[in-house]
Amino acid sequence: MTDVVMPQMGESIVEGTLTKWLKKPGERVERDEPLFEISTDKVDTEIPSPAAGTLAEVLVEEGKTVGINTVVGRIDEAGGNGARPQAAKPVAAAAPPPPVAAAPPAAPRPQAPPPPPQAAAPAAEPTEQAEAGPLSPLVRRMAREHNIDLGRVKGTGSGGRITKQDLEVYLAQEQTPPPPLAGPIVQPPPAPSVQAPPAQPFAPLPATPPQARTRVEPMSAMRVKIAEHMILSKRTSAHVTTFHKVDMTKVAKMRVRHKEDFQARYGMALTYLPFVARATVEALRTYPLVNASIEGNNIIYHNEVNIGIAVALENGLIVPVIRNADEKNVLGLQRAIVDLAARARARQLKPDEVQGGTFSITNFGSFGSVTGTPIINQPQVAILGVGVVEKTPVVIDDAIAIRSICYLSLTFDHRLIDGALADQFTGKVKAALENWSEEVL
Amino acid sequence: MAYVEAFELQRELVEKRKRGEIPDQFLIVEHPHTITLGRNGHMENLLAHEEILTRAGVSFHHTDRGGDITYHGPGQIVGYPILDLREWKRDVGAYVRAIEQLIIDALADFGIGAGRIAGMTGVWVDGSKIAAIGVHVSRWVTSHGFALNVSTDLSYFQYIVPCGLVKPVTSMAALGAMAARENVIEGLVTHFGRVLDCEMVETGATVLI
Repeated sequence: MTDVVMPQMGESIVEGTLTKWLKKPGERVERDEPLFEISTDKVDTEIPSPAAGTLAEVLVEEGKTVGINTVVGRIDEAGGNGARPQAAKPVAAAAPPPPVAAAPPAAPRPQAPPPPPQAAAPAAEPTEQAEAGPLSPLVRRMAREHNIDLGRVKGTGSGGRITKQDLEVYLAQEQTPPPPLAGPIVQPPPAPSVQAPPAQPFAPLPATPPQARTRVEPMSAMRVKIAEHMILSKRTSAHVTTFHKVDMTKVAKMRVRHKEDFQARYGMALTYLPFVARATVEALRTYPLVNASIEGNNIIYHNEVNIGIAVALENGLIVPVIRNADEKNVLGLQRAIVDLAARARARQLKPDEVQGGTFSITNFGSFGSVTGTPIINQPQVAILGVGVVEKTPVVIDDAIAIRSICYLSLTFDHRLIDGALADQFTGKVKAALENWSEEVL
Repeated sequence: MAYVEAFELQRELVEKRKRGEIPDQFLIVEHPHTITLGRNGHMENLLAHEEILTRAGVSFHHTDRGGDITYHGPGQIVGYPILDLREWKRDVGAYVRAIEQLIIDALADFGIGAGRIAGMTGVWVDGSKIAAIGVHVSRWVTSHGFALNVSTDLSYFQYIVPCGLVKPVTSMAALGAMAARENVIEGLVTHFGRVLDCEMVETGATVLI
């Protein structure tokens, strides 16, 4: 078996959409013959087969977007004698073979014995086909998502076809008696036992109850990276977080005053973030230890102030870096933030744009969070969390006033930074924001 | 040159390029009124019924480039580079950026400040699209390419949602640059050679057709 992977089409390209399989499962393919087509940012590409043989498995359906190096299918070089094409045939009949695609827990290259998912999964398919006739992609997807054995669903569509309504009715009925243990015993799914002789040795998989409580999905490459990075950071640094309450009224007023002009002149909104970044840069210049990192028993002071800005993506986050942030004013910072965020979301950041940060800011306030305890972006030693700016009643000179209040949280590495310094630093950021004097336009 | 004719010519040249029989090519053509839909295009971005298009003298084709729907017509410079990317960079992202760059540079020569919009491939001037890009790659050999509006009658874009984006289109003429087609082509060729590291040799249309 040869794995067919989503190829790397360029440095900046981390994923591609599989637009079309040019061969069907069970079909013969020659080495270098076009096997499938992918699409990345306005470019369609035909991908040649890495080996000669039979397309044994299609693991990624047409229309799915997957990361590079994801296994999208497998080629059986034996050339298709034996049981494989037989197993594949019913899948071929149902153009997008969903059960196979739904069960790739083996994304990062399984070694010798990968047959369990293949053997078990297609087995369910023939029953669907036999009993239900052609199924719409919607029904197929619903069945897969809710792990429904379609053999048990009564079809009311034309020719006994199973419709979306049938599945909804079935699901509603199933909901009432939630079978905690009884499920598998009372109603063993008929399909696997009949169709899949090798079911025995792979105990965990066929045990999938008729109504699964879980759904297995491999993490994206980005998710894996994020997970590793977070744990590494927690293991590396001695995280401590301090919170400061900041009166943003001055900044808020300035922002309101210039908002429209700013938008008209520069074509982008003026947010709080560049103000916070500007104040942070000043504080970093005053307390260079917060802009440092640790290497062994040495302290590395960075002469550049490169600020990472955490950007939420659809399924993850990335921290692009504003280089030499100390050389930028509010306009320059806002422009850099807008540009980096847009390109991060479009996945067009260059590798060096996410490296070399010396301090990070995460603006969870934009999602409504009042405050939080962010994790340090290694190898940095501190990160500033910015909460939502909200009008709040506060006491000033024994009178109650309405002010725009925001909580700043600084998570710092106590190996290098002590609480006193952390609070001096955050206090400096606070002071710069509360006594804002710099003009914006 | 009719779209289908240019398509066939590209196919032929791509095969020859793959076999190493010819060097890289840069075709420059002009199409009659044509609307094409990329492989991942959405029919709903075609706003007019095909019948209306026929009556308006616009032909419609499904094609195998990346991107959604686009319009080609008189007054537009359509460039089809047939390049073996293995000899430049094995990077389709960098290739698309290079195409954008050469158009941006060519436009700069006419005093037009064009640029990119993050996440929206193509060349833009103040939020309006002046050049569209859609590429096909087979074994690192490119086909299709870009369409730059020089003096295009922009009213034809009413039939489509260009590239599936609800953004205005523009042309050099609409921006006040009354450039001669030949001069723009000259600029594109020069910048093509510079950006993509190619020595440009003119072969003339007759050789190819």
